[in-house]
Amino acid sequence: MRGIIPWAALAIAIAAPLVAAGFSPLLQWREGIYIASGFAGIFGMTLLLLQPLLAAGDLPHLSPARARRVHRLTGTLLLMAVLTHVIGLWITSPPDVIDALTFTSPTPFSAWGVIAMWAVFAAALMAALRKRVALRPMTWRRAHVALALIIAVGTVIHVLLIEGTMETVTKYGLSALVLLAALRIAPRLRPRQR
Amino acid sequence: MTTSLPRRTVLATGTAALLTSGLTIPARAAGVAPTLTMRGGANNYRPGAPIVDRIGGGGFLMTGTVLRAGDGAPIPNARIQMWAHTTEGHERDERSHGATLTDAQGRFQMDMPQIVPAFGQPHGHLAYDAEFDAGGFQTVFLRPIMSSASDTTLDVQFVLQQA
Repeated sequence: MRGIIPWAALAIAIAAPLVAAGFSPLLQWREGIYIASGFAGIFGMTLLLLQPLLAAGDLPHLSPARARRVHRLTGTLLLMAVLTHVIGLWITSPPDVIDALTFTSPTPFSAWGVIAMWAVFAAALMAALRKRVALRPMTWRRAHVALALIIAVGTVIHVLLIEGTMETVTKYGLSALVLLAALRIAPRLRPRQR
Repeated sequence: MTTSLPRRTVLATGTAALLTSGLTIPARAAGVAPTLTMRGGANNYRPGAPIVDRIGGGGFLMTGTVLRAGDGAPIPNARIQMWAHTTEGHERDERSHGATLTDAQGRFQMDMPQIVPAFGQPHGHLAYDAEFDAGGFQTVFLRPIMSSASDTTLDVQFVLQQA
C-alpha cells in the first residue's frame, strides 16, 4: 500500500490539467491541428513535474537505475511534445510562430515559450551526447540542472500569460507543482552537492 | 560700421525667436500623432479581401475611426480590412476576412463573428493598405487586444500619415 499514494497523487496532478482542458469552450472553435498542438504543450508541461522527481529518485518503487531510464524516456517524450506543439502552431498560423521564434512577437509569453524550447533542445542534446562529450560529471549535471530550471521557469511564465485552453485552477496548480519540483533539484547547481 | 541695438531689444527679439522655434514646433507635433503599425499586425493578412456588408453570421461589432495625422480630420472612403480568429474560423481562413469603407465622418463598422482567444489573447487585426486605397496614406496594420474575451465590441482608431 505504501508508495501508492505518491504515484496516485502524481497521476492526478498530470491528468487533471489535461482533462480540465478537454472541457475548454475554446476547443469548439479550433481545428484539430491547433487543438493537438495545445494539448502537446500541456502534456509537455506535465512532464516537467515528473522529470526532476525521476532525476532526484523521489518516486517510490523505482530503483535509481530504473528512474534514470524512465527519466530519459520522459525527456524524449518532452522533446516530442515541444516539437508537436511548435510544429502544430506553425501549421495553424505560420507568421505568429515565425514572430515567436525570432523574438519579434507582440505577445511576451511566446518569448518565454521559445526560451524554454531552446533549453529543452539543449538539455536533450546534452543527454544524447553525454558519452561523446568529455564533460566532468559534475559540470554536466550542473549544466543540465540549470537548463531544467530555465525550462521550468520559462514554461510557467509562458503558461500563466496565456489565455488558452488550460483551466485556471489546474493551470496555477500545475505551475506551482512544476516550480516546486524544480526547486527540489535546484540545490544541485551548487558545485559541492552529492 | 555696425548699428548698435539696445540690449533690451536684443533680449526681447531673442526670446521671441526662442518662443517661436522652441514652442510652436512641439505644439505642431502634438497635433494628432499617426498610429504606428503594431507587431504582428499583418499576420494572416489577405491583400485585397473583398468589401462585404458583414463577415459570416455576425454578432460581434468592430467599429472604428480613420483620421488624418496632424489636424485629425476624418478620412472618408478609407478601405479598412479586418480579420480575427472567431467562432466561425481561423485567422488565415478566407471567410474570416472582410473589408469596408469609412463614411463621411471617417467612421467604419463591421458585423463579424465573435472573436475568441487564439494564440494566447482575444485579439483582432485591422489593416489600412495603401496598395488597395487611393487615399494616398501610409499603410498601417493593427492588432488590438480585447480587454476581455467576453467583449462583443471593439473600437479601433487609425490616424494615417500622408504617404
